[in-house]
Amino acid sequence: MEKKSIDQLKKICSQVRRDCLRMVHAVQSGHPGAALGLTEYFVALYFQEMEHNSNFNMDGQGEDLFFLSNGHVSALWYSVLARTGYFSTEELKTFRKISSRLQGHPATEEGLPGVRIASGSLGQGLSVAIGAAQTKKLNRDNHLVYVMMGDGEQQEGQVWEAAMYAAHHKVDNLIAAIDYNGQQIDGPTEKVMDLKNLRAKYEAFGWDVVEIRNGNEMEEVLKGLEKAKSLTGKGKPVMILLYTEMGYGVDFMVGTHKWHGVAPNDEQLENALGQLKETLGDY
Amino acid sequence: MEKILDLKYTYTEKKDTRSGFGDGLLEAGRNNPNVVGLCADLIGSLKMGAFQKEFPERFFQTGIAEANMIGLAAGMTIGGKIPFTGTFANFSTGRVYDQIRQSIAYSEKNVKICASHAGLTLGEDGATHQILEDVGMMKMLPNMTVIVPCDYNQTKAATLALVDHHGPAYLRFGRPNWPIFTPSDQKFEIGKAIKMIEGKDVSIFATGHLVWEAVVAEAMLREEGISAEVINIHTIKPLDEAAILESVGKTGCAVSAEEHQVNGGLGDSIAQVLVRNMPSPLEYIGVNDSFGESGTPTQLLEKYGLNAENIVKAAKKAISRK
Ligand SMILES: Cc1ncc(C[n+]2csc(CCOP(=O)(O)OP(=O)(O)O)c2C)c(N)n1
Ligand SMILES: [Mg+2]
Repeated sequence: MEKKSIDQLKKICSQVRRDCLRMVHAVQSGHPGAALGLTEYFVALYFQEMEHNSNFNMDGQGEDLFFLSNGHVSALWYSVLARTGYFSTEELKTFRKISSRLQGHPATEEGLPGVRIASGSLGQGLSVAIGAAQTKKLNRDNHLVYVMMGDGEQQEGQVWEAAMYAAHHKVDNLIAAIDYNGQQIDGPTEKVMDLKNLRAKYEAFGWDVVEIRNGNEMEEVLKGLEKAKSLTGKGKPVMILLYTEMGYGVDFMVGTHKWHGVAPNDEQLENALGQLKETLGDY
Repeated sequence: MEKILDLKYTYTEKKDTRSGFGDGLLEAGRNNPNVVGLCADLIGSLKMGAFQKEFPERFFQTGIAEANMIGLAAGMTIGGKIPFTGTFANFSTGRVYDQIRQSIAYSEKNVKICASHAGLTLGEDGATHQILEDVGMMKMLPNMTVIVPCDYNQTKAATLALVDHHGPAYLRFGRPNWPIFTPSDQKFEIGKAIKMIEGKDVSIFATGHLVWEAVVAEAMLREEGISAEVINIHTIKPLDEAAILESVGKTGCAVSAEEHQVNGGLGDSIAQVLVRNMPSPLEYIGVNDSFGESGTPTQLLEKYGLNAENIVKAAKKAISRK
């Protein structure tokens, strides 16, 4: 993929946020909060950092792979997949509707290009990504595997089973990331079930940890990803702690768990879109 | 459509069955100081907020860690607490099956596993969340009681009944607003089916949300001169075998209706009873070996063949097989 300027990437972010909001609004259901918070990271990955092929192939040999463990961020993923050519942006209209390929949570059953495994039940994606990374090694495929998780998701025990395994087996072709927004459904993670020091935890498990202190700043995200890539191939799995703000880009949604899984009404949508004026053309 | 039908039950209000659980739990907490609540980051969805607010010292937020929650609940019974765990039905069962099997069912612990967003009617979240195998998994476990109430009132009553019932139990309810058509003062007797409508041509055994669809189906069948008996099987285990045999003994054929896989559901339990005692035609209304998908509850019930129209067809087919 040709290199894009920061300005171009920012413009794409604005469009992707518009897509997410309009998709969730159209069915009055879905999860805008983390989608808005993770937009920069997804755009950086799909439009710049990952080597990937929009002519989708399940096995994905000879390309980087991406897995979404916190499947409720589906709207964001679908928008980015559509806008990188996996399927038409028109199809975003069918999000969460009956007989759609764009299921509420990502699924393979309907054959949506870009999705390699179902997710939605939290805590499972890291294990899957590690498995795929090991297959790459067995196949002598020199590409990377990326996986995205939530911070609340870190409360699932399976995540730590996988974390222990990846270090033990030196799965160093893996870049995992945690959406460190400090929020989950019932409130701030600190109140619900404190994660304490995630950096120290992953380091103690044998991972290299990269922090992206402002995951809503494109330059920082790109720099962080470059850093993470430079750490691959050195015998350790790599974790990115991606500090984001839930609901970023829309003033009344930002920084609160209240918008984890609530759709904006007509008026709120209009207000929100007014704050995201840059567009490449809505679907 | 429902308007012009002469329904044997009517309703003035719709409410989600999960609210029946939340309100029942609050009352249970007031009645019995041993009742404790646990939830895995879904307090709002499970309607456990009122209990948490009134009894903060008896409420435990576990974070998104369902396996831990099941283990904690099992431990809390040792010393006399009565734990009610709350999360979505999928994460209440499949996610934690071995934990339930060993620490609750096999160990005979007095834990009430309370599960919301069961079945297709949770809607847009789609198949990852729409568990259709939970009743099967839970009913297979020795010592487990399995309850699937049909509306807000019955869910509230079932929640209260579970406080006085000693032993492992699975309580399944849902997300959508649904007609409230059973009386608010109806006592909930675990294991005792409720005959909702008398009939003589076919017995419809329904559970959960589909009891309402069966009530609608009965009116549709009556318009065509067919007399259907509607029985609310709110307790799938232990199953009220006497009620089933009494009804089919009279009608000679049956339909089962549930928001669950046909494999392993209520219909399978009924089939066992009939085959052993009184082989008779039985038609199944349930999901046929497929996963669900995103959509509205009404669309999904239609697409997967679980609504009143489908019950009517099944009833006619069962009658034709007599
Ligand atoms: C196993 C499992 N348990 C519970 C849920 C319900 N659920 C969906 S999202 C969520 C909160 C996730 O928190 P986090 O990972 O921080 O994501 P964020 O809210 O930041 O998007 C919960 C509890 C689920 N999807 N899977
Ligand atoms: Mg979070």
